[in-house]
Amino acid sequence: MQKLVLLGDEAIAQAAIDAGISGIYAYPGTPSTEITEYVQHSKEAKQKGIRSNWSSNEKTAYESALGMSYTGKRTMVCMKHVGLNVAADAFVNSAITGANGGMIVVAADDPSMHSSQNEQDSRILSKFAFIPVLEPVNQQEVYDMVHYGFDISEKYKIPVMLRITTRLAHSRAGVQRKDSREQNEISLPKNLTQFVLLPAIARKQYKVLLEKQVPLEAESETSGFNKYFEGENKKLGIIASGIGYNYLMENYVDSKCSHPVLKISQYPLPHKLIQKIAKECDELLILEEGFPLIEEMLKGYLNVGLKIQGRLSGEVPRDGELNPNIVARSLGLTDTIGNPIPSLVTPRPPSLCAGCPHIDSYLDLNAVLAEYTPGRVFADIGCYTLGALPPYNSVNSCVDMGASITMAKGASDAGLRPAVAVIGDSTFTHSGITGLLDCVNDKTPVTIFILDNATTGMTGGQTSAAMGRLEDIVKGLGVEEEHINILNPMRRYHEENMKVIQDELNYEGVSVIIPRRECIQTIGKHKKEAKAKEEAK
Amino acid sequence: MKKDIILAGVGGQGILSIATVIGVAAVNLGLHLKQAEVHGMSQRGGDVQSHLRLSDKEVMSDLIPFGKADMIISVEPMESLRYLPYLSKEGWIIANSKPFINFSNYPPIENVINEIKAQHHNVVLDADKIARESGSLRSANMVILGAASPFLDIAFENLEESIRFIFGKKGEDIVNVNLKALNAGRDFAVDVVK
Repeated sequence: MQKLVLLGDEAIAQAAIDAGISGIYAYPGTPSTEITEYVQHSKEAKQKGIRSNWSSNEKTAYESALGMSYTGKRTMVCMKHVGLNVAADAFVNSAITGANGGMIVVAADDPSMHSSQNEQDSRILSKFAFIPVLEPVNQQEVYDMVHYGFDISEKYKIPVMLRITTRLAHSRAGVQRKDSREQNEISLPKNLTQFVLLPAIARKQYKVLLEKQVPLEAESETSGFNKYFEGENKKLGIIASGIGYNYLMENYVDSKCSHPVLKISQYPLPHKLIQKIAKECDELLILEEGFPLIEEMLKGYLNVGLKIQGRLSGEVPRDGELNPNIVARSLGLTDTIGNPIPSLVTPRPPSLCAGCPHIDSYLDLNAVLAEYTPGRVFADIGCYTLGALPPYNSVNSCVDMGASITMAKGASDAGLRPAVAVIGDSTFTHSGITGLLDCVNDKTPVTIFILDNATTGMTGGQTSAAMGRLEDIVKGLGVEEEHINILNPMRRYHEENMKVIQDELNYEGVSVIIPRRECIQTIGKHKKEAKAKEEAK
Repeated sequence: MKKDIILAGVGGQGILSIATVIGVAAVNLGLHLKQAEVHGMSQRGGDVQSHLRLSDKEVMSDLIPFGKADMIISVEPMESLRYLPYLSKEGWIIANSKPFINFSNYPPIENVINEIKAQHHNVVLDADKIARESGSLRSANMVILGAASPFLDIAFENLEESIRFIFGKKGEDIVNVNLKALNAGRDFAVDVVK
């Protein structure tokens, strides 16, 4: 079969296409975005009729995938780690309903927070939900595990999590393809109450879920993804999970590791394999790309057994991603480093692009707010979060998708006037709509900026769910028409825009201001596409 | 054979095209490859880097260990220095001398160039100027790749073939501009190393 050079994310997508999915569901989020984009751009996926448009948020994506699984077809749903929080209600309960057609949920974690507000470890949520996890170490294993994941999902009727981290998601390597599988035909669950989580049924289904853990653990012992490597130096045994295994082996490229090593890539943890290494060795070192999940489980609260080293004991840093040097130090091997960074090298943080419409929106807003004390602008997740940095210093919060409107509401309820929210068009449809409804119902004095750049900018310009319908949605929720204002965020309208903003800040009710100008990154792309379309006519 | 390369620059400067050209050549030669990229927030005008690892053995880590990189290839001068902790004692820096200034306190450019030239093995060139002379400013990244080519352990013809493959869809003119830029960069480096 054909060999391709693929990003980890692309390997997931290609594998899903080859494994016979009928649909993929997702909301963009780094480092998971490229999975769905690959399917959207794949000719093969188009020929096979695989459904791949963006969903409004991770919860709607997850539930749609569960619905497809209900019909007996295979499906994948992809999100970044914090997206799994949004989908958590559906995620946890889908373990209890179980799956019908094979279902894989991809959780792309971001240790070291390259593009995220935290570094939570999705393995913890899967343990909470009793959902099995596959944690590949390289692009080939990514590809193979997607096929295997659909197999066990259909065999044990349960959604399966594929957990990756940033470095694997965004790293390329060669991948050998397998033969592709046909999609499933529609075949509804034999038991049509399986998905009805009324208490009486849920209690039964929950027992079924608990019973599934036994064969799932047996899979972890025997599938071959968890692997024991013998070693003669039994003073120390090493358990390395996910890409922690790569960083370990990088230290033994030119020699053989003398310690027994247990590579962990599948959960629930394989009890027998772990007992074997614990029995054979005097001490254990645990290397995990993420939280100290395995370490904590083995150590227990009392920590009375075997000496266990890792992130909790301090041999490995408590936070941040691993690398080959951190692992070398934890093993007492020679560390390497080049020359130091010269002191003249200056940080170059990301910034809003030249010509970005958000710049003008912030300059308008800053000018009006200059006469008030600072600290009254609640922002959200997107490019415009960069407005928190100099020279703008425009916003005072960024917590989770949608929190701008609701935090401004709470602050306004407490008496803060004016209270301002700043949210992007795509974040608004992801999680801002319900918060705005709360404001309308309470007639809360807030001024809400929906920065409409006609795209999902931060993740690379994906389609925005409310294209051309923002005013209708806002109006439909009950915002008074005279307090819905569209602005053109350009320098020449600065004075005009300031006046509108000032009037709305003074209004004791809900106002929505929509500064509208297309993202500078996508405008060129769209012009080109429009021209091509025109020429095609 | 093992080549560990840090590619450096600022979001939007096209370091990934350099990685793609080397990557295609490496795969055609049957080498193992891993290439870690930065996507997401930093792409908005922030510093970006890519770890490109080639080997005749299986590559384990997606990240190059500190002190082990064979080369830093940078399309921006100051950015080449940010990754010095990765460079091995015998490693090469290939850097563009033309700064990309998108913030207010960029250090004096002479000092930046002096720091690069203070490193043991270095090639510094005005890739923007050479690219313009070769026909297109946009191929500055191919000039830099050309300047790095004598140290890559990949035959020059393989890189040319890779450019033809990658840019072929865009037409003969684009291919030729990029090939010309690649050659100009190589000629510069060969002269310096003499």
